Amino acid sequence: MSRRSTGYWIVFAAIVAALAVAPLVLPPFWQRFVTEILVWGLLAMSSDILIGYTGMVSFGHSAFFGMGMYGAAAALLSVKPPNLWLALLFGLSAAALVAVFVAFFATRLRDIYFAITTLVFSQIFYVIIFTWTEVTGGENGLFFSQPALSIPGIFSMRFSTETLHWFILGVVTCSYLLLRRITQSPFGKVLQAIRENEPRTRAIGYHVERYKMVAVMLSGLFAGAAGVLYAIQNKFAAPDFVFFLISGETVIFNVMGGAGTLVGPVAGAAFFLLLREGVSRFFTEYYLIPVGIIFMLMVIFLPQGLLGFLRRRLNE
Amino acid sequence: MSVGLPLDQIAIQTVNGIVNGMILALVASGLTLIFGIMDVVNFAHGDLVMLGGFSGATALAVTGSFWIALLVAVITIALLGAALQASTLRPLLGRDPLTTILATFGMSLVLQKYAIWQWGPSARNLTAPITGQFSLFYLQYPWYRVATAALAAAIIGGLYAFLKYGRYGIWIRATTQDRLMAQAMGIPVPVVHTVVFAIGAGMAAASGVLFGPLGGVTQTMGADFTLRAFIVVVVGGMGNLGGSILASMFISLLEAYASLVVSPAQAVIVSFVALIVTLLFRPTGLFVPTPK
Repeated sequence: MSRRSTGYWIVFAAIVAALAVAPLVLPPFWQRFVTEILVWGLLAMSSDILIGYTGMVSFGHSAFFGMGMYGAAAALLSVKPPNLWLALLFGLSAAALVAVFVAFFATRLRDIYFAITTLVFSQIFYVIIFTWTEVTGGENGLFFSQPALSIPGIFSMRFSTETLHWFILGVVTCSYLLLRRITQSPFGKVLQAIRENEPRTRAIGYHVERYKMVAVMLSGLFAGAAGVLYAIQNKFAAPDFVFFLISGETVIFNVMGGAGTLVGPVAGAAFFLLLREGVSRFFTEYYLIPVGIIFMLMVIFLPQGLLGFLRRRLNE
Repeated sequence: MSVGLPLDQIAIQTVNGIVNGMILALVASGLTLIFGIMDVVNFAHGDLVMLGGFSGATALAVTGSFWIALLVAVITIALLGAALQASTLRPLLGRDPLTTILATFGMSLVLQKYAIWQWGPSARNLTAPITGQFSLFYLQYPWYRVATAALAAAIIGGLYAFLKYGRYGIWIRATTQDRLMAQAMGIPVPVVHTVVFAIGAGMAAASGVLFGPLGGVTQTMGADFTLRAFIVVVVGGMGNLGGSILASMFISLLEAYASLVVSPAQAVIVSFVALIVTLLFRPTGLFVPTPK
């Protein structure tokens, strides 16, 4: 192990430890806040696979996130007593199904066309969920009770704020390690090659479309996991979370934090949520006016995001 | 609605589809013009429609004349568009077109919240300047709707003639074709960009005002218009003015006919399907002669 990677693992362990201790020392409001950052961070990381690594800006991640939520809702409402792992399974399957569908059509297109198509796809699912009231609860969404944290046959306990936080931290950490492994694998290198030069990657002999499809599916799967976690934390599924505003926020997380770094989007999510929290004390519901302006300024002046900016400053 | 023969309903939906199609064409041709000339995908286009509607409503309340309100709204939003372009999009010139989506998405959020802050959450209804009706089968069909379609067509025709024959129109087309060469020939490309964005914004504002008496002006209409205009522009071929207009009619007619069978909220899905089918078989748009 080189010195550089030892340093990396030390920092990684320190951050995970700090996040694990956070609910024990923070006041209740900030406990919830940190948990929420983790969930949105996972969503942001999932889209980074596309935005940062493959160079495809997805404006449709709300579809995967929302399907994760509704999939979890289906499992929690139909099976008694509600089972955590079944919810995860259902949510991931629903997200994967949608991801296959989106991947099949959208990967035929590049750049802005891809962005627009993913946006339209997420809106299709939004309209279906919004209008199919009998099944999805329409505008009101679905409410359900929180499943217990359990390993079948061994133990079962109700979630407290702390255990929920640790559970979510565990899932997000595992997802991060998986995603990191994926991006460093030969498969991940091909994705980055596609980002850098698609025609050349094709000329070398890689089946670019197939790689893109797998990238979209993987990304959708992790976004679905974020949706499941959000559903379990908040005990509801609502069509608002399938609306493209959520996709837009996901892109904002990436741009603010720095796409193509996995950690950056999480930092971006944290920064965005903190910014929203701070700004909405002065601007109440109009917080998007200053936040939107800050975002536009960052697009113009900090195209690498916060992390890219910091990295450059540290290297200087 | 009284029950009539399907033929009546189809005829009425055809007229509805054409009217809505012309308004949509007005929005989409601005969007496609902006894309064609500077590779900017304007996510805030629908919000310019919405702001146009609101400033039209305010101007109507002050002046009492619909036509003055239309003019005021167009000029206001065109100036706003020029300011937005110069401040936000000019620095992004030459970067990946994707960054312009991000910047205009931020712009869209700001404009939408600004509208709620300025005009409150309630919808505005503009009174139509033409109140006459004519009978179309079992319906009394308002002349205003027909006038709207005609006016939208006239604006688009004016734009076309300007681009084709006007001195500055030729500048715009030259910039679209080859930005660098146009600059070398002495065309002030940055100014052309700003002016084109202003024209697009003005057209969006015009459709917002024209749409006001038909559907009312709400703060959330922007996202709806943006989405529909995106669909139209992709189906018609990005940057292709004629294609966008044809696609607007096509999509609006499809939705109008679909609303005979399903609820209008679900009729949107038909245009989504049209988009998917287009992307599958003609990814560069239905009306582009040779795919790139």
